[in-house]
This record gives sequence, structure tokens and C-alpha cells, in this order.
Amino acid sequence: MTAAGEQGVGADGRSSSSTATPDGARRRSSVWARLTANPMTVIGLVLLTVLLLLAVAAPILPLADPNATDLANRLIPPFSQGAILGTDHLGRDLLSRLIWGTRVSLAVGLAATVLAALIGSSIGLVAAYYGRIVDAVLMRSIDTLMAFPYLLLALAIVAALGPGLLNAMMAIAIVNIPFFARAVRGQALTIKNLDYIAAARLSGFSDARIILGEMLPNVLPVVIVTMSTTLSWMILETAGLSFLGLGAQPPTADLGSMLGDGRNLIHRAPWVALLPGIVILLFAIGINLVGDGVRDVMDPRLKTGVLARPAPATARRLPPATADRPAMGRQDVLSVRNLSTYFEVGGGVSKAVRGVSFDVGRGEALGVVGESGSGKSVTALSLLGLVASPPGVLVEGEIWFNHRDRGPLDLARASVRDLQDIRGGRIAYIFQDPLTALNPVLRCGSQVAETLVIHQQMGWAEAEREALRLFDLVKLPTPRVKAHAFPHELSGGQRQRVMIAMALANKPDLIVADEPTTALDVTTQRRVLELLNELREDYDAALLFISHDFGVIADLCDRVQVMYAGEIVEAGRSDELFRNPSHPYTRRLLACVPSLERGAEIEAIPGLPPAVDDLGPGCPFADRCDEVEAACRLAPVNMRWLTRSHGARCLHAGGSIAADEVRDA
Amino acid sequence: MFAYTVRRLLQAVPVLFGISIIVFLVISLIPGDPATAILGAFATPENVARVNRELGLDEPLPVQYLQWLAGVLQGDFGRSYALDRPVADELAERLFPTFLLAFAALILCTIFGLLAGTVAAVRQYGWPDRILSLLVLVGISTPSFWLGMMMILLFSLSLGLFPTGDMTSLFGGGGVLDVLWHLTLPALTLAMVATGVVARLTRANMLEVLRQDYVRTARAKGVPEHLVIRRHAFRNALVALVPIIGIQAGFVLGGAVYVEEVFQWPGMGRMLVNAIGQRDIVLVQGGVLVIATAYVLINLLTDLVQSALDPRVRGR
Repeated sequence: MTAAGEQGVGADGRSSSSTATPDGARRRSSVWARLTANPMTVIGLVLLTVLLLLAVAAPILPLADPNATDLANRLIPPFSQGAILGTDHLGRDLLSRLIWGTRVSLAVGLAATVLAALIGSSIGLVAAYYGRIVDAVLMRSIDTLMAFPYLLLALAIVAALGPGLLNAMMAIAIVNIPFFARAVRGQALTIKNLDYIAAARLSGFSDARIILGEMLPNVLPVVIVTMSTTLSWMILETAGLSFLGLGAQPPTADLGSMLGDGRNLIHRAPWVALLPGIVILLFAIGINLVGDGVRDVMDPRLKTGVLARPAPATARRLPPATADRPAMGRQDVLSVRNLSTYFEVGGGVSKAVRGVSFDVGRGEALGVVGESGSGKSVTALSLLGLVASPPGVLVEGEIWFNHRDRGPLDLARASVRDLQDIRGGRIAYIFQDPLTALNPVLRCGSQVAETLVIHQQMGWAEAEREALRLFDLVKLPTPRVKAHAFPHELSGGQRQRVMIAMALANKPDLIVADEPTTALDVTTQRRVLELLNELREDYDAALLFISHDFGVIADLCDRVQVMYAGEIVEAGRSDELFRNPSHPYTRRLLACVPSLERGAEIEAIPGLPPAVDDLGPGCPFADRCDEVEAACRLAPVNMRWLTRSHGARCLHAGGSIAADEVRDA
Repeated sequence: MFAYTVRRLLQAVPVLFGISIIVFLVISLIPGDPATAILGAFATPENVARVNRELGLDEPLPVQYLQWLAGVLQGDFGRSYALDRPVADELAERLFPTFLLAFAALILCTIFGLLAGTVAAVRQYGWPDRILSLLVLVGISTPSFWLGMMMILLFSLSLGLFPTGDMTSLFGGGGVLDVLWHLTLPALTLAMVATGVVARLTRANMLEVLRQDYVRTARAKGVPEHLVIRRHAFRNALVALVPIIGIQAGFVLGGAVYVEEVFQWPGMGRMLVNAIGQRDIVLVQGGVLVIATAYVLINLLTDLVQSALDPRVRGR
């Protein structure tokens, strides 16, 4: 969640600059370029274009009369003189009949699709938006249509109306309406409850405006995906009705009725049935290929690589390790050196984390603070290769973890097997939103038990018992009931207690808590935090605590580091840093914290964080800084150390201690 | 769970009523005089009068419906004039072959569809994904009535491996193996499109689920990748896929019409096509009503399976 959010900053930064180009034609051509960049789509386009051109041009092509019978030349095989594709049982030219038949099939299929899409989408949107009785009545009617097996209702309609191409087309359109209605309603329901729709409602927009302006654009991809699937079905099914003798009636022939003719000749002249089938197949393949291509281009998520399956561990493109295995004492847990994690989106690179170094000691609480998109979550996720990849890539650095059995281990270069061993075992995570972080279909108890089964070779029964003990430990009321419950049956605070139980289960050396209380209400926040801190002190686990809330950090953490645009801009012991904030950004952040002494006056920081794919050479905060001078923009600013533990990346910070002296300390 | 089951059962009742109304109204769609349509252009006036009386066509529509429904509920679906026998008898004979065929196809499409879709998602953009995507593309693009003919051409006429049609051999057949032997080609043909659809949607759902926060949580717990896929991703994807398999039952039951026609399978589908050709509307009504009812029950079942898989559904 957070990773995607932080990456969104970079992606948004670029997309806003590219969509800002006033040249609309260029944007259209880029859609076309993306469409044609996919070779499969090009194949589909070529197929469809050829078939379409043939169908449209049928009257002006030098073809034999498709209905002229010539009994003397019956069942001539393909590639014969005078009939390239042969003739049927009445001596009619098959090439001519195929092209004319394609024309009929295509027209009928298209008409049915448009009819079904229009009616179906309207029903779906209206049902989703109005809900309640409107939804019930509409969807029950749709259910009733859907309750008929596909084609069977069409058969019944045709049985009553009588065979014929128009009747077949209407029957096929009617049976396809439910697919549009259901798909559109489903998608519309998922966005209906989103904040911006609620906001639009609250600001008094009319129903029609919300449906057409806010919901329709969001369900349009679904409509197009449904069209791309159903169009080929509809061509197939109208052909099917004709095949059964219920659609096109002689002398009109479509591809289906030609197949029907060929069926009785399958022993003697298989080509009569083979050829129309191949044309239908090519048609359907073409439609499906183009449909897939259009869908891929239209779905904005594909561009960012978010639709890609995240690998088991973050991708790496690391230079060889620079240093030997460092000596780590009993008191050292984690030592991160020069860590950089980038997001490679499309052709661009978002440098989410740039050269971050820090240490965590045993039992110590280190706070990481910064705005959204500062790289704090990505830093935390990078430790165990949990940054979604694609698009994440670990490009630089070492992550030394002092494993209690195996000594220092560079997690940036560890095998996936080793990472899995440490994940949840030696280093545990607590995520921001426990509702989405817990598996919705598994009981809370077994989700905690699972981590015990994996890391402690416990049997399931024993692990479930241990989970109960942990639930008791995190002060969940009625542990037995909660263990049996599913995540959605618990309150937000209870869910986060489940996450804490899960994190503590294997007595880890380090707990990474990524804004663990942001999703909770204020009264619950403090209690959950106190519990977390109490228990991790009991367990002697170090804590890497990520937050945008200085108040919470001050209460909880021994040391703090402030992140901005992927870098640590200030770091120090909590007391030092709060007494003497030395980076202008830190001072700004502290000014944002409501305080009794200053009264209710809260200052917002002007401007936005820079896009991390578009950084100048100098200090990234320069544009928002009121102490900026020319030198700030020229070159990277190094950390200046005020004391052995307190430093800031600012030219104005009066540091006097050399960096290597601090390192040695 | 029990409450949900009862609620869901009760919800099916109005749907079944809706179906019966639509099936009943089919007769009123007939342009012109239904009795003439049923008996053909050369019907004698006495016969037309008899049909009108037997079908109650001189009564008002709601009365006709109630009379018809009362009959149906007692197992009286009317009389087929073309076959000169009660519709119920004909349906009873045709039911089993169709359900056998549809069931076999549904099992095939579920197994192969879920498997192919999962493998494709896990190996996204790799070779297995590309090959499976191509197969799926051809699968969902193939007209089953044509595929059936090509199957016969290849496996029956050229290779002689399978029979060209019918459900049993004329002589000495009729055993389970004989039926399975006859079932193979039609079931594969019927399963083709549905397998493609299930595979495609499985891949999409798996990719969607693999990006969810709880999959990251599972990885953060140290769950090995094959268990992340099976226990965390697949189980969640299945929640959305079970109803899709239910919908495939509809495609399969409808597509059975073509396949039965091509393979001379003695089921409801062929019966319907013949009945439509002879304008035997009463038989068509009976057949459509029975298959649609079966489909409603299948979907009821998939909803119950879904609620067993996803606790959140039960609360709704």
C-alpha cells in the first residue's frame, strides 16, 4: 500500500508533465504507437483489417456470383482451375460465398454487440448507483435472463419468433445484456464507495453527473473488455444459430449456414466445412487480439508495471560488495550502508531511496520520519526485499543483519531462501492498514499460527495454541473467539493487535513498524502504540518505527532520522534533534506539530516534495527552503556532523566533526 | 452459513418464477395464431380448436399461466404434437445424456482452466505464459460446432480412434467404458471455450490478488513462495472464480446444443433443435424450463461454495 503510494508520487510527477502537453494529436498518436508496439495486437489488427476490407469491398471485387449454381462443377476441391477455394454441393464458388458470408456475419455480430453494450451498461450503472430497490429489481431481472443458459434463451426466442437473421441477431443481443450489466455493476460498486464518489455526493453533484462523469469513465475499461470478449462470442453464436438452420435462410448465406451446408459433406468434401470455420476462427482471434491490446493500453496500471506479478523478492542490480563482512558486536542488529532503491517505470527511473545509511542496535528504537513519498517505507521494505518488483530494483548498498546463529549477513545479496528464513523469523513487519494486510479468507488465529509453523517447525495444533497465548499477550479480549474470527469481523485496533501478535510470534530481533497506527482512530492509536512498545521491550526487540508524526516518534524512539526525497537529511538522538533541529526541513516539520506553547498556529510547508525522478544536482529541499542560497543548488550537500550522533545535510548546519571520525565511533 | 444457505435458497424462488414466466411468455411471442403454428399450415379447424382447448389458449393470459404452472409443478409439461407423447416422458429420456455431457465438460474446464491460468500468472511473461495465452486465445476463438466437425474428421474419420457420434455402440455396447469412449470427443469439444475463459480469468484474478497487501504480509512472514501462491493467492482468487465456473455451466449447457447436434448425442440439445424445426413449441418450453432450472440450481451451489470460501460473503 505504502510502497505503491510512494511510487505513485514519482509516477504522478511524470504523468502530470506528459499529460500537460497541449498537443492532443501527439497523445493520440502515442496511444496508437503503444497499441502497435505489441506484435500480437498488430497481427490482430492486420487480420481484422483484411477481413473487414474484404467484407466491405465484396460488391466491387471480381468475384463469381455467390448464388450461381453450376451442377456440372459440384464439389470441386480447392486450388482448382476457375475456383481457387473449390465449390460446394451446388457448384457455387466458395471464395465468393465466403467473402459475402463474412459480410453478413460481421454486420449481424456488430449490431448485436452494440445493442447489448448500450442496454447492459445502462442497467449496470443505474443499479450500482441507486442501490436498494432499484438495484434489486434490475438485478433480479438480469438474474432471470442470466438464469437461462447462454444460447438456450436465444433458442427459445428464435423458436417463437421463427427462424431468420434479424430474429437471431435480437435473440443473441438479449442473451448478452446480462454480461454487460453484471460486469459494469460489479466495477461500479467497487468505486461507488471510494472517497471521491462520496465527496462528489456530498458536494451536491447531480446523480446523472456522478454516474456519467465519475463512474462511467471508471467502468469504461470493463465495458470495452466485455465488448472485446462478447463481440467474438456474438459472431460465433449468430453463426451457430445459422449452423443449426435458425439464422440466415437461403439464399442469404452467412459463415454459419455455410458450415451447416458443409456438415453433411464432411466425408466427401471436408473443405466445404473447413473453410468457413477457419474464417470464423480468424475473425474471433483478430477481435480477441485487438481487444487485449486495447485493454492493455487503456489500463493505466499497466504502464506503471503495477499489474505485473511482484517477484518473491525485490529485483537487484547491485555492484559487487565493496566492503568485507563487517565485525558486528552483540549489540549490533542492523547496519545499512549506502542503500539505493529505484522504481523503473516505463522508460523513467524514480530514485525512491538514495544512498541511505543507518544502524540499529539491540533493543533500540529508531524513528524514521518524513512526508509521504520521502522514501521511508521503501527503505523499510528494501531491508527484506519486499519492495514490489517490478518496478522496484535494489541498485546499491549493503544491508548487514547480525543473525544470531550465522553472524553478519548481507540481506541485499542474500538468497531468497535466506530472506524467507529471516522474514517473520528474525525481522518482523507491521503494516499500515491491518484490514488489507491480513488475508481476508483465513482465520486470524491460523494467520498467526502460520508464522510459527514456518519458523519453529511447530505442528498446526500446537501453533494454534501458541497463537491463543499470543492473543492473550496482546490483550485481545476473548482470544479464543478472536482466533476463530476472520479479519473483517474485528475492529481496526483488534486487527492491529493481531498483526503485533504475528510480529512477536518468533521473538524477532527487529520489528519494522510502518505507520502502524495511521489507519486507526486517535483513541485506539495510543493504546496500540503503548502495547507495541511494552511488548517489544519485554522481548528485547529493536524497533524501526516509521511515521509522519513527530509527537509519536518523540515518545517512542531513542534516535530519529528525517527523510526527504529519498535521503536522510537529518539524524540524531531524539533529545538532540528535538532540542536543536539543524535542517530547515526538520524545523519545518516540527513547526507542523501542534503544540500548546505555540498555540494553535500550525505552519504548513509551502510547495511539494520534488519528483524523485527529476532531481537537480544540489539540495532537493532548495526550492522550498527559505534559507536557500546559490551554493545549495550547485552540488550535493553532505552530512555535517554537529556531534558524534547528530548530523544534518545542510550547508548552514555548523558541523565541525569529520565524517570518518563519526563512522569510527 | 445456515442462515446464508436458507436466504440464498429463498432468493432462488423468485428467479425460478421469473424463468417460468419468461418461458411461458415465449408462446405469446409467436406471430399469428399459436395453434396454427403448432399444428402447421394444413391443420384442420377441429384440431386447431382442440389445441386451443388443451392449451387453454382461449383463456386470459394470467389464467393460462397459472394453469400451465400448476401442470408443470405436478410434472405435466403438456403434450408434444410432433412426437405424439407427453413432453415429460421425452424430457426424462433426454435429461441424463445432456447432464452427463455438460458435467464432464465442466469438470474438464475447471481443472484445466484453473491450472493453466495459475501457471500463466505465476510465470507471467515467461514461456509457459506465452504458450498458454496462445492456446487460450485459440480456445476461446473456436466455434464449437466447427471444432466438433474437425474432431470427427481427425480422430474418427482419419485416425479411427473415437466414434463419430451417438452415446453408445449399437452392438454389445452400453457399458460405462463404452459411454466414456463416446463421451470423449463431445466433452472435449464442449469444454474448449469454457476452459479458455476460465484460464484467462484465473490468470487475471491471480495477478490481481498477487499484488494485494496480504500477499506482501505473507511474504513478510517468510511463507515460501509455493505456499504464498497456493494458500494466500489462489484461495483468494478462487473466491471470484467459483461464480465464473458457475457461469461456464450456462455456456456448457447452451453449447451442448451444437455439440449434441454434431455428435448425434441423444440429449436435450438435439431434441430442442428438432423441436424448433417442427415448431413443437410445447416441447421447446419444457426443455428450456428444465435446463434453466438446473442452471439456477448449479449457480445456487456455486454461491454456497463461494460463501464457504469467503467469510465476507456470508455477512452480506
